[in-house]
Amino acid sequence: MTLPLLEARALSKQFASPKGGVQALADVTLSVDAGEFVAVQGPSGSGKTTLLLAAGALLKPDTGRLTLDGVEPYALNPDGRARLRAEKIGFVFQEYHLVPYLTALENVLVASLPKPAADARPAALELIEGLGLKDRAEHVPAALSTGERQRVALARALLNSPRILLADEPTGNLDRENMVIVLGRLAEFAAGDGAVLLVTHDDGVAGRAERTVHLRAGRLVDP
Amino acid sequence: MTLWQLVAKEILHRKLRFALGVFSVAAAVGCFTGSATLLRAHDIGTQRILAAKQAETEQKMAELEDDMRKATLKLGFNVVILPKRQALADWHADGYGTEYMPEEYVRRLAESGLVTVRHLLPTLQQRIKWPEQDRTIILIGTRGEVPDAHVSPRRPLVQPVADGTVVVGYHLHLGLGLSKGERIVLMGREFVVAECRPEKGTEDDIAAWISLGQAQELLGKEGLINAILALDCVCAEGALPTVREEIGRVLPDTQVIEHESKALARAEARSRAAASAQATIQRETEHRARLRRKAEAIAATLVPIVLVACAVWMGFLALENVRERRSEIGILRAVGLRSRQVLAVFLSKALIMGLLGGAAGAVAGLVAGSWLASALEVAPAHAAGIGDLFEPRASLGALLLAASLACLATWIPAMLAAQQEPADILREE
Repeated sequence: MTLPLLEARALSKQFASPKGGVQALADVTLSVDAGEFVAVQGPSGSGKTTLLLAAGALLKPDTGRLTLDGVEPYALNPDGRARLRAEKIGFVFQEYHLVPYLTALENVLVASLPKPAADARPAALELIEGLGLKDRAEHVPAALSTGERQRVALARALLNSPRILLADEPTGNLDRENMVIVLGRLAEFAAGDGAVLLVTHDDGVAGRAERTVHLRAGRLVDP
Repeated sequence: MTLWQLVAKEILHRKLRFALGVFSVAAAVGCFTGSATLLRAHDIGTQRILAAKQAETEQKMAELEDDMRKATLKLGFNVVILPKRQALADWHADGYGTEYMPEEYVRRLAESGLVTVRHLLPTLQQRIKWPEQDRTIILIGTRGEVPDAHVSPRRPLVQPVADGTVVVGYHLHLGLGLSKGERIVLMGREFVVAECRPEKGTEDDIAAWISLGQAQELLGKEGLINAILALDCVCAEGALPTVREEIGRVLPDTQVIEHESKALARAEARSRAAASAQATIQRETEHRARLRRKAEAIAATLVPIVLVACAVWMGFLALENVRERRSEIGILRAVGLRSRQVLAVFLSKALIMGLLGGAAGAVAGLVAGSWLASALEVAPAHAAGIGDLFEPRASLGALLLAASLACLATWIPAMLAAQQEPADILREE
């Protein structure tokens, strides 16, 4: 029996607010196996992004236990978590978070900053080419379309050959053509023994996933 | 891709802000270096002014020394040694002694080894009636300088008068119409005029100098003298008691008096001039020290103010930079950069800013300090060029100060950046 790549058990997270505590996650239990493409759907404020950040070793849950490829990120110190993120996790965000003064290629190479390697550049070029950005490699984000920016962000997430991709509304700003490219690449990644946990509002996007879970007020619910 | 490349790219992207930061560091370091340069120029100026004054004083003192020697030479002698029984009132009234002592005394004194008394000149002097001319004259017998036996011979201050010759004073040769080479008869003895003295306005104008032996013979005082003149002796500035004591030991039945006060007055004037010159140098030293203290006080106030202002400005720039790069910080942390690496990104930039600003400030401070030193006449013109004012250690210190200042000013914003929770940033975005 193989262990799930991502396993969350009874995760809870509450944020303080002027009006009292906001329960972002409540007793969320979820597992994602290697090769699986899972979509998380839910209305705004339902805790989708919180779940994604908690799964990405960026936001420690108040209670519960998380395992990522056999490692408990929150049992590690901050440096250990940073290393885990660099080696096993790729992030794609709706707002891309590209560095404005770096070219597309350099933005992809940002993922190699924690552990610079000589082969990072050819790998980044290959990813860029694979995502149809060969001619745009030396352009800064301001000179790229939104679809191109998201593809650069996706290439960055893929550079270190992570075990899991965590995508937060990656197609939220994209036209259909770019959406197809991005989702296709995510599915391709999952098929290659990775795993994708994708947060989306869009039923169509969720439909590309093998499995969809629903969050409402921080709880996993039936659709 | 390395962190250094990231830093370099970011600097190029935000050139203006970076230039403002560099300018800020340069202003702080420039102010510091400029003040230090100004003080150094002041110190060099002080050294050179004082050295020039010292040299000038030494030259003047050397000239005075020479004048003194000449003055002493012209004055003839400094002390006169008389027989102890000589009444000084009579000596002063007559201008010569009425008591006598053996001529042999002068030899004894010359061989005694005294260093305070030099150029000994035995004389026999008496006011007489010149029978052949029916006029009163002062007859002076002299044998010239008696060489010291214990020192190497010096150039004699007074030349001897040869036997059979006479040197005549002004009124004598004027009154008698005498000229050099003429023959005269004095007390029945024939003499050739060897020299006609110019007017001195003293009793010397009615004096006639002949050799000591002939004078002793004419006056019936064989083997006797009535004074020993000690020329150019070391008797200035209160040394006379020492001279008296030393001579007293060699010639117990003599007395020593200061004969010519002008020499002493000159010596004292020379001492006063030396003291005055030293006082001038001392005053100048104090004046320069006061100026330096003022400059130090201004620098001690101005430099910290500028340093703090620049540090605050740099901190503000760094804070703004952190705010602008919030999204970048979030993604850097998300891809696995550790918080201390984020800190390093911001501090590296500050370090580069500090080193560039430090170098620019050090050069600007040096040039400005040098120019100001010249404009404010802190140092004499061309006394301190940039080459003199450049101090490698101080420049290195300024560079380190700049780097430290930049890193310290950026430290808090950089820490804020490093401690930002990536989850907070990414959630907000």
